[in-house]
Amino acid sequence: MRPQPKVLTFLTILSVLLFLAALGMVFLFAPIEAVMGYVQKIFYFHISNAWVGMLGFLVAATSGVIYLVKKDLKWDIVEFSAVEISLVFFLIAIVSGSIWAKPTWGTYWTWDARLTTAAILEMIYLAYLLLRQGIDDPERRARFSAVYTLIGAVSVPITFLSIRIWQTIHPVVIGLGSSDAQGSFGMTTSMLITMFFCLITFSVVFITLLWYRIRLGQLSEQVDQLKYKIMQ
Amino acid sequence: MEKLAGINRPSATYLKAIGSIVWKDLVTELRSRELISAMLVFALLVILIFNFAIELQPDLRITITPGVLWVTFAFAGTLGLNRSMAVEKDHGCLDGILLAPVDRSAIYFGKAISNLAFMLIVAIIVLPVYSILYNISLFNPGLLLVVLLGSTGYAAIGTLLSSMAVQTRTRDVLLPVLLFPVIVPVLLAAVKASGGYLQNLPMNEIWPWLNILIAYDVIFTAISFMVFEFVVEE
Repeated sequence: MRPQPKVLTFLTILSVLLFLAALGMVFLFAPIEAVMGYVQKIFYFHISNAWVGMLGFLVAATSGVIYLVKKDLKWDIVEFSAVEISLVFFLIAIVSGSIWAKPTWGTYWTWDARLTTAAILEMIYLAYLLLRQGIDDPERRARFSAVYTLIGAVSVPITFLSIRIWQTIHPVVIGLGSSDAQGSFGMTTSMLITMFFCLITFSVVFITLLWYRIRLGQLSEQVDQLKYKIMQ
Repeated sequence: MEKLAGINRPSATYLKAIGSIVWKDLVTELRSRELISAMLVFALLVILIFNFAIELQPDLRITITPGVLWVTFAFAGTLGLNRSMAVEKDHGCLDGILLAPVDRSAIYFGKAISNLAFMLIVAIIVLPVYSILYNISLFNPGLLLVVLLGSTGYAAIGTLLSSMAVQTRTRDVLLPVLLFPVIVPVLLAAVKASGGYLQNLPMNEIWPWLNILIAYDVIFTAISFMVFEFVVEE
């Protein structure tokens, strides 16, 4: 077994430190929002979780395409790991968003473009896992899941666009928001700094977790090979 | 001259291969009537159940009808897709077809076209029955166009995913799970466009949905065409 790389140990410690710092910034540095009060603090981690969820989706789709071209099972492990991690982060984003929505919009859930697309993306992740579960041959499993991530990656933007044609009430924090968005707020500089700090923190956490998960995937592959050797 | 023949011949065999797969599927279906009859009975049952589940009162009908129709087509569609691929897989026909010296994508197009044909045949029977049962006229050229566009998108992606699903352990259960999350734009746009035509909305309100349907059809036919080879590879 290969020993844990030093960079990974460093990233782990860095993740913990950054995470603590991010918590400190959210609660101590960023001001309390005038209208929404404390509940607005969810926003920093909500947006970071959603970001990591999307990032993982992109990583998965890219590794899927690379796998189809190169046929190297290494990329299948990357793809699978990215989907698994994003599934969790995206779920946290959806749940934290709902907690924020209850006091702000008066309801946990609305069928707005982003919320619906988020739910559908989460369903695609789940379908992906079910697809993998149904196939034993590792090579075929890798091919099918790569094809499915590719289809998912193309369909999600179209889904978003088609639901977007309905009016949206989700606040658009960056860029132009629609005039009927409820719960948007102007961000002060310290809020922006906190937001970007959280985004960086979660990106580092994502890279660390992804690395661990890929290592786990490689190790379990080794275990399978050893088992196969013993049985022979 | 020989060069020209070399260019012409592959495309001719390509179309011929597509044609013979479609022909084979249609002839088999004409003789057994297994697939369409199952889809059709199922579709009529879904409509019947909708009648109890949501009371289709005359004043609400026009707004609910598009939703009911598309849910019916989507459910009946999965039944057909599953069956049409399972038949190939069970008797080892798929391996036989794959041995044929034609481009793999010709097999995809053949299957997709016959799946589309089955869906359209079901729709052609379901629409008049629905019109009679609920006293609402569905003979609208716009609606028929939407049915064609929606079914094309559905068959394009459904054929690809069903050929994946039949090769897994969970088979029939897996297809709807894989298909429905990626088919949302088609269903949404088709429901909205059908509703627009039934309620005689101005064309500028229907166009965005037709555009989405056309874009989806083109994009997913192209992607399926490119990746089908990876799905049937042994």
